[in-house]
Amino acid sequence: MTDLAALPPIAEPRARSQAWWNAVNAWLLLLPAAVLLVAFTHWPILATIRHSLFITKRNGDEVFVGADSYQAMAADPIFWKALVNNFWFAFGTIPTSIALALIMAVWVNRNMRGRGFLRLAYFTPTVLPMIAVANIWLFFYTPDYGALDQLRGLFGLGRWNWLGDPSTVMGCLIVMVIWKEAGFFMIFYLAALQQLSPDLDEAASIEGASRWYTFRRITFPLLMPTTLFVAINAVINSFKLVDHLVIMTKGGPNNASTLLLYYIYEVAFTFQDSSYAATLTVVLLMLLSAIALLKFGYLDRRIHYQ
Amino acid sequence: MSAIMLSHVSKSWGAMRAVDDISLTADEGSLLVLLGPSGCGKSTTLRLIAGLEEADAGTIAIGGVDVTRLSPADRKISMVFQSYALFPHLSVAENIIFGLRVRRVSRAERDARLRRVADIVGLAHLLDRKPSQLSGGQRQRVALGRAIIAEARVCLMDEPLSNLDAKLRHEMRTEIRALQQRLGMTMVYVTHDQTEAMTMADRVVLMRDGVIEQNGSPEELYNRPATAFTARFIGTPPMNLVRQGDHLIGIRPEHIRIVSGGDHAARVKAVEHLGADSIVLCDIDGQPISVRLDGFSKVQPGVDVRLAWEAGHEHRFDPVSECRLETSARQGRLATSDG
Ligand SMILES: Nc1ncnc2c1ncn2[C@@H]1O[C@H](COP(=O)(O)OP(=O)(O)OP(=O)(O)O)[C@@H](O)[C@H]1O
Ligand SMILES: [Mg+2]
Repeated sequence: MTDLAALPPIAEPRARSQAWWNAVNAWLLLLPAAVLLVAFTHWPILATIRHSLFITKRNGDEVFVGADSYQAMAADPIFWKALVNNFWFAFGTIPTSIALALIMAVWVNRNMRGRGFLRLAYFTPTVLPMIAVANIWLFFYTPDYGALDQLRGLFGLGRWNWLGDPSTVMGCLIVMVIWKEAGFFMIFYLAALQQLSPDLDEAASIEGASRWYTFRRITFPLLMPTTLFVAINAVINSFKLVDHLVIMTKGGPNNASTLLLYYIYEVAFTFQDSSYAATLTVVLLMLLSAIALLKFGYLDRRIHYQ
Repeated sequence: MSAIMLSHVSKSWGAMRAVDDISLTADEGSLLVLLGPSGCGKSTTLRLIAGLEEADAGTIAIGGVDVTRLSPADRKISMVFQSYALFPHLSVAENIIFGLRVRRVSRAERDARLRRVADIVGLAHLLDRKPSQLSGGQRQRVALGRAIIAEARVCLMDEPLSNLDAKLRHEMRTEIRALQQRLGMTMVYVTHDQTEAMTMADRVVLMRDGVIEQNGSPEELYNRPATAFTARFIGTPPMNLVRQGDHLIGIRPEHIRIVSGGDHAARVKAVEHLGADSIVLCDIDGQPISVRLDGFSKVQPGVDVRLAWEAGHEHRFDPVSECRLETSARQGRLATSDG
């Protein structure tokens, strides 16, 4: 303190301009990222919200209609159908693919022969392009010629239009997505498992803990950050799925496989109703933000991070 | 019931022979110290006893039962890891009672034992913390607590005190030794600190590059080092080894005196004052030699002095193999060294 006071009077303004310069520098460094974020994320979100409150006339005029679009949406049975489908789709894919990923990771993490090959095999579905994946599964599901129907034929059962029947189409999509996601999530679990010190397992085994007990009390809790990360990703993915639907089902039959994003895509590009599409997008955004809030506000505080 | 016996145990990783044909016995209720420089295979030996590594050859028996092929859990031991191996997401209390929960010990007994152990290791006020909120020494004490709460007949410790300050280390040393004797545990204790070995052990096994250099009581290692390596390792400062002609002679610093009529001319290089005594570092025919003197020595660096020691305090080693030569050979040396 006394040192500061003893400095010549010029020192204080210089220190202040130094701080100012620092702040400017910091903002300049942040600027490129901030510009990109604002231009491609924040601005479109705001524009979408605004757009959902207007309708565009044929001559290009925008007319403010307030919550009209939202009321129309609440009365739209296809919207509700898509939302419910999406819920079942998420419910069917997320827990199973995460559990499978964890089991495979624990299995592949051990010292055994052919470990590298197994890891690669599990990861393959992830590196395949979406279109290729859809085509592989189309082959399984095709009536008469498809692998599944040929299998049924061996048991003397008749043909079944897997993707053409409202009762099986969702199940077929769920199985395919699990197949694709489990290998991807496994990689995260595998990375996390390799971060865990082998001492912990050893200490537990000396204390007489069984493998299952060790997994339940030690390994699984320590993998919680990964589980949360993977779960959030899985939820987001389940709302983002659109390409498989375009190729395999087009949302049919009778909207039995329509998911929210696919419905938005249809409304926007098939029916050319951009303001209704904006309304639906706002709903999707709200759902995803709710999930993000849950993660940052609640789950993060209850999980042990290293 | 709980003696530990290793016979001809070996363990290698590729060409690296970490443990090479080791045989040793820790008697029931005794404390055996595995001592040696870094990388000599102490931890590996301990992990072989614990069953965390599988022996390539040889047998390991605990309490007369061959446990060579048993899992760690079936060996009924407790262990302190060199890296502590604390569970990072569990509180100190949960870490300590982990094994009791596994074995479904009743809640009342668990709490009682936890309180007792927490007092012993001085962690009673930190039981709710997570390991990441503790200092290195406190973590080490949690690991210690987890090992002693099991009250296993056999306890293995891998450098459990290496991160503690001098005072705490001394306290814990006494505490561990007292506990081991009170509970009649058989303990194998790994350290590279020879003071710990000398003060705690019933038996010291000194290792070097995967083999046993000497196995004996602390006095034996101190008074009759079997090799020059042992002589250099034990004692603070360790034994002086001086080459005279084709002889290798060992002499403890405390057995050397500075006297005007001494037989050996030396020059003082430096003096270290330790309080109760002083270490005078001298140079004799170009070889370093340290002398321990009582009290605060007033010898000045640079002066020439004469050193003397009694022939009975000399240890003789073969200059090539560095093995101890027995007294029969000593008479011959007396005649030659006078020159
Ligand atoms: N898993 C392993 N793979 C390969 N080599 C190993 C392995 N574990 C130990 N070693 C080697 O075996 C030798 C003995 O190691 P060990 O851990 O037993 O030493 P230590 O006496 O405990 O040393 P420190 O006092 O430094 O802990 C070392 O040279 C080490 O490099
Ligand atoms: Mg070690």
